[in-house]
Amino acid sequence: MILVDIDKQLGDFALSVTFQGDSGVTALFGPSGSGKTSVVGMIAGLIRPGRGRIVIDGEIVFDSGNGIDVPAHRRRIGYVFQDGRLFPHMSVARNLDYGRWMTGLPRDEAQFKHVVDLLDIAPLVDRRPGALSGGERQRVALGRALLMKPRLMLLDEPLASLDARRKSEILPYFLRLRDDTKLPMIYVSHDAGEVKLLANRVVLLDGGRVVTSGGVELLSH
Amino acid sequence: MFDLSPEEWTAVALSLRVAAVATAFSLPLGIAVAWLLARKNFPGKALLNAIIYLPLVLPPVVTGYLLLIAFGRRGIFGAWLESIGIVLSFRWTGAAVACAVMSFPLLVGAIRLSIEAVDRKLEDAAATLGANRAWTFATVTLPLALPGIIAGAVLAFARALGEFGATITFVSNIPGETQTISAAIYTLTQVPGGDSQALKLVVIAVAISLLALIVSEWFGRRAGARIHGV
Repeated sequence: MILVDIDKQLGDFALSVTFQGDSGVTALFGPSGSGKTSVVGMIAGLIRPGRGRIVIDGEIVFDSGNGIDVPAHRRRIGYVFQDGRLFPHMSVARNLDYGRWMTGLPRDEAQFKHVVDLLDIAPLVDRRPGALSGGERQRVALGRALLMKPRLMLLDEPLASLDARRKSEILPYFLRLRDDTKLPMIYVSHDAGEVKLLANRVVLLDGGRVVTSGGVELLSH
Repeated sequence: MFDLSPEEWTAVALSLRVAAVATAFSLPLGIAVAWLLARKNFPGKALLNAIIYLPLVLPPVVTGYLLLIAFGRRGIFGAWLESIGIVLSFRWTGAAVACAVMSFPLLVGAIRLSIEAVDRKLEDAAATLGANRAWTFATVTLPLALPGIIAGAVLAFARALGEFGATITFVSNIPGETQTISAAIYTLTQVPGGDSQALKLVVIAVAISLLALIVSEWFGRRAGARIHGV
């Protein structure tokens, strides 16, 4: 369960967004420039909202009224970026293990194997990120975020940098992930097809505001 | 090949020691200052930047004289340092301080560029994966900037090796204590018949500097390859 109620002035652009997400996949849907990425940046703790509250599973991670602002590294929120952002100087295996290492979790070989198998990235673990295709990179980024055992996943247009064929290759992994982990997710996209396939709730953003929210049938027309 | 006198070998060895100590001690501070300038905004940033670059544009004799005022035995810091047993004036340690100050702008400049070249988005990614600031710096920023940091250190080392004006003003030109290659060359050119000896030291100075620049360039190129992750 996540509750977001935030305002922020970004230059001329006024962002004012309120929504709730439950378990399952909540899509933040809207044209580019509607403020989707800023919203997930604030949930992750990378951007500080001007005012408002963010509550995840009952824990207040941001509340301007009480001066609460849990730093990003203590929020335990997995974030898959549009551009992957794998660490180029580490092997895929070290990338995958990074979150566990930083959060001080014990090694969990069973979970490591499970995630690696789920995403079919076993053959890649010894490679460097520079030697991966775009689709492979996103699968590794997804695995890296999962292996830190997050309580919420933020997927920021994870398919946007891929061509149509690669997209259709990766999409099944997201479906698998959704059905396998039951992890609450926020999925940012401007692609109605992806959202209809993956999400069970849609929050429609435009110009920094929530236009409407509800089930995926909102996108049918 | 080089029939240098023991005094001249001493000058070469002393230069290497002074430059190595100057670089080793200024490196941690250089990294810290470069990170501040590359990643932080704070009041007085422009002033700090200007002060660091000052030795690059001031006449070296002015820098040396300022060091003498500050770190001489009667200087503001010199007197205090002497009370805890550290004497800089007319010692090789003073030469190292002069070299460190003179090469600091080059060191900070190179490291700052290499830190600025590290994608901040990778630092954000590290934060979402549970890394605090210090760990992000240690595991992401520093390794990615490392070739640039080494290149900067090599460049600073080469600059320290050639330092003359500030050193001779601050710690004079004492054979075996503060007479570096540059000072030895200067001395030789002042005595009749010293030219051929001076020339040998000149060849050594050129060779060491050239080698340092090539090494620096090589590490600089490695930095690019590393950031592309192949």
